[in-house]
Amino acid sequence: MTRALLALLVRDLTLAARVGGSGALSLVFFLMIVVLVPFALGPDLNLLSRIGPAILWLAAVLATLIGLDRLFQADEEDGSLDLMTGAPVPLEGVVLAKVLAHWLTTGLPLALVSPLFGLLLALDGTAMLATALTLLVGTPALTFVGAVGAALTASIRRGGLILAVLVLPLMIPTLIFGVSASEAASSGTVPFATPLMILGALSLIAAVIGTFAAAAALRWSE
Amino acid sequence: MVGVVEDAILRATPALLLHRTLGYFRRTMWNRIAHPGHFMRWTGPLMPWLAGLSALLLGIGLYLTWFVVPPDYQQGETVRIMYIHVPAAWLGVFFYGSMAFSAIGTLVWRHPLADVAQRAAAPIGAAFTIICLVTGSLWGKPMWGTYWVWDARLTSMLVLFLIYCGIIALWRTIEDPNRAARAIAILTLVGAVNLPIIKFSVNWWSTLHQPASILRMGGSSIDPSMLYPLLLMILAFTLLGVTLHLYGMRTEILRRRVRALTIREAERLDARPASTGSLPVGQAVQGF
Repeated sequence: MTRALLALLVRDLTLAARVGGSGALSLVFFLMIVVLVPFALGPDLNLLSRIGPAILWLAAVLATLIGLDRLFQADEEDGSLDLMTGAPVPLEGVVLAKVLAHWLTTGLPLALVSPLFGLLLALDGTAMLATALTLLVGTPALTFVGAVGAALTASIRRGGLILAVLVLPLMIPTLIFGVSASEAASSGTVPFATPLMILGALSLIAAVIGTFAAAAALRWSE
Repeated sequence: MVGVVEDAILRATPALLLHRTLGYFRRTMWNRIAHPGHFMRWTGPLMPWLAGLSALLLGIGLYLTWFVVPPDYQQGETVRIMYIHVPAAWLGVFFYGSMAFSAIGTLVWRHPLADVAQRAAAPIGAAFTIICLVTGSLWGKPMWGTYWVWDARLTSMLVLFLIYCGIIALWRTIEDPNRAARAIAILTLVGAVNLPIIKFSVNWWSTLHQPASILRMGGSSIDPSMLYPLLLMILAFTLLGVTLHLYGMRTEILRRRVRALTIREAERLDARPASTGSLPVGQAVQGF
């Protein structure tokens, strides 16, 4: 079973790397939002460094949505999802492998390049590292919550917009704790560890709920 | 002897008791009441009475609100908004709870009425939530000097409204009612699990961002001259909500019957393109 799921993970990673993966695209989108914000707010570096973590987190939330609608839809369209449903591995495992592959190609690169984009927003070293760390801990929650929406809208044509409407309200807790953890690192009114640990807890909860709910949605959507 | 005691303990386990009670409830009452056909029959004569009673209670409640209730010593006449605001907030939350309950009915028991109930509840709950938000913001303008404050309670209600919107949108997107019902049930349950988390994190966020300075309702205790009209309004609103919900469920059942009949008719026309025979309506649809 582990081998089958590993094979699925490798397959999805290969697909993401070769067939116009959405990973690179969501990175570009991430950069795009970070670039747009100073144009809207003005190039005041003090202001930007103060709200920098918030901008990075907001950009991460929006960039997570990119490619999420294709997470199960592509497999639904060419029939491989039916094969996976009928395979002798639990559908929850399939969902876990696919979501993990999706996070490895979108969430993880996002967290890794965020210090670089933090430079554009005049973040200092601690804030940059803190934001990257919170993104690393928090983006799995975003992806798993998004996976539920992706599974629910897998068979809907043009499901991208409705997917955003469905999952964005559920991402609010992650956004709150992600931003407050990043800000706690630089301002220091709240200990950094508390919101970070809650963020980790949110990711774990989302992993459990997301996996089972997405599998249920896929199973029952036929 | 020990075996008997253990057996008795096992039998008294709350989960088992709950299971038995639910099982009994389901086998006897529910099957009789909740079959769509039966449902239509027993709610039909009930509806005018329910509608009349809620109109009466709402009339009395509104009369009390407008003419009898004394103005608040701090808030003045604006306190009357509360008699709409609080019941609407209660119903906004109440209908989400009933939707979560129906969602379990859809997924666990595959109950044909559960998803009808759920579908009818969503727009009503969303409407009451928006009434709560609008009345709250109308009250906030004279009292707080602004229509909107990013306070924890307001924000949670707004998020609840957004989740309602998502659920309604998904209903409208998936065409097949059975598939839509299961998708919505999963979404509703995920939302139900998330709502306490959202509530908790919004509380954290609001205490982090702004101290609660303006937000203190008149006093901690409410005078009986205001409390009883408020309770009456809550009762009237609940009755109104239940009436609307039952009407919504009846409409939904009829809509599905029409849908089933249309599909039948299309299939019949497809099978016999040249004939002009009439559709055997009586046996066309079982259940719906």
